[in-house]
Amino acid sequence: MTRNRPDPSLLFHPRMPGNWWLRKRTYFLFIVREFTSVFIAAYLIVFLVQLYQLGNGPGAYQAFMGQFASPGWIGFHAVALAFAIYHSLTWFYTTSIVIPLRIGAMVAPRYVFTLLNVAVWLAVSAAILAIYLIW
Amino acid sequence: MNHRKTLEPMWWGLFSAGGVVAAFLIPIHIVLLGLAIPLGWLPGSAEIFQSWIVRLYLFVLISLPLYHWAHRFSFTMSDLGLRPIRKPLAILCYGSAIAGTVVTAWVLLRI
Amino acid sequence: MSERTVSLKVTRYRPGQDSTPTAQSYEVAYPDDWVVLDALNFIKDHVDGTLSFRWSCRMGVCGSCGMMVNGEPRLTCSAFLREFDSQEIRIEPLAHFPVIRDLVIDMSGFLDKLKSVSPWIIRDTEKDPSEGEYLQSPKQLDAYHPFTACINCLLCYSACPIFGLETDFIGPAALALAHRYNEDSRDQGSAARWNAINDHNGAWQCTFVGECSVVCPKSVDPAAAIQRLKVDTAKQWVRSVLLPWGQK
Repeated sequence: MTRNRPDPSLLFHPRMPGNWWLRKRTYFLFIVREFTSVFIAAYLIVFLVQLYQLGNGPGAYQAFMGQFASPGWIGFHAVALAFAIYHSLTWFYTTSIVIPLRIGAMVAPRYVFTLLNVAVWLAVSAAILAIYLIW
Repeated sequence: MNHRKTLEPMWWGLFSAGGVVAAFLIPIHIVLLGLAIPLGWLPGSAEIFQSWIVRLYLFVLISLPLYHWAHRFSFTMSDLGLRPIRKPLAILCYGSAIAGTVVTAWVLLRI
Repeated sequence: MSERTVSLKVTRYRPGQDSTPTAQSYEVAYPDDWVVLDALNFIKDHVDGTLSFRWSCRMGVCGSCGMMVNGEPRLTCSAFLREFDSQEIRIEPLAHFPVIRDLVIDMSGFLDKLKSVSPWIIRDTEKDPSEGEYLQSPKQLDAYHPFTACINCLLCYSACPIFGLETDFIGPAALALAHRYNEDSRDQGSAARWNAINDHNGAWQCTFVGECSVVCPKSVDPAAAIQRLKVDTAKQWVRSVLLPWGQK
């Protein structure tokens, strides 16, 4: 294509600084949102080890679970929980952007869909708790 | 029209499914197994894991969020400066998720 | 009318002379109703005729006066000087784009990307005009109408860190327009847009930072458009795997 183009050798090409994600609050929160996946995966690997110990017999399982009361493990689970909740909330919000909630001919405001998801989330969580306790 | 073949729709689909599973289910599991039972607020019984339905559920609960991690981690690390090794990074991340899926199935089968 | 003064710290880049851009400050006295573009025009007309920048309509329609104002992508015709508390306002060319001169960026890369999504209505066969218009229901109009307001001002590209990192990323405005035509009930050209969308530098490059929609002066919401393109593409992919013989 031979359209009028600026001479490439005369252009100034800007470069993104490596710390771009620290330069704006929304960029930083975006990176935090993406890194929730790391904490969730880390928790799931711990959970997997827990289930592995269960396969090794009741003794191994009890010994492994016994460590969980230590401040280090409580701290790990508390941090993982904080990131997991942040994931849930940001996920429900972003989903509300992707999927417009139609009520009749109108599109409902996004917070309606977000709050609806939060309600379902709380109900599902309560159900899982109930199933565990009744079992 | 010759349609381009790429697996990105599949990885994105697994990422989305994992994100949904993680958003709705992970927090209560951390509360229950990571905090409430170790702190003695609730009784700790492992009997529930004997059920096949529960184990099938756990397979979904653990495996899908691994793809959610693989997708986000690979993209985010690229955005944070690893763009030159984007391809090997993606192979490593998605490969780890596949390996994690196999390990999850194995762990759940030997309970 | 009361007048205040402000110092505009403007990026200068003289091609062939400067290796990197530098900043030049201009003191401007301004009445209450001046926007940044008014101040730049004042400088150009009365202080320094060598300053280069693009502008045309002065009313937020043409999309040519986008610049970074205190680090945020803005249409300078809609950015009132009085809204800035600081004594100094930084005026820079739109972020992430090659700079031709001063505040003028090279948008030819964007024009190529725009063309790659065929942002027009594609028909297999055109009706004869005597057969009348292509009718649409209000619901069919709603499906694409929010995405029609784009003025190609490129603020969304400057807000997008992914475009800053990967200049080959086709980007928010082009993808929003691809979605706009895919969603139009009169259009039959989604297959022609498929390769541009379903590419690593197409919709898949986007990680949904969401800032493109925040800065859009026309409330186009490119972030929503791109995620919906991903959903549509993933659905089509599943269909092509399950029913490989049914592919168009």
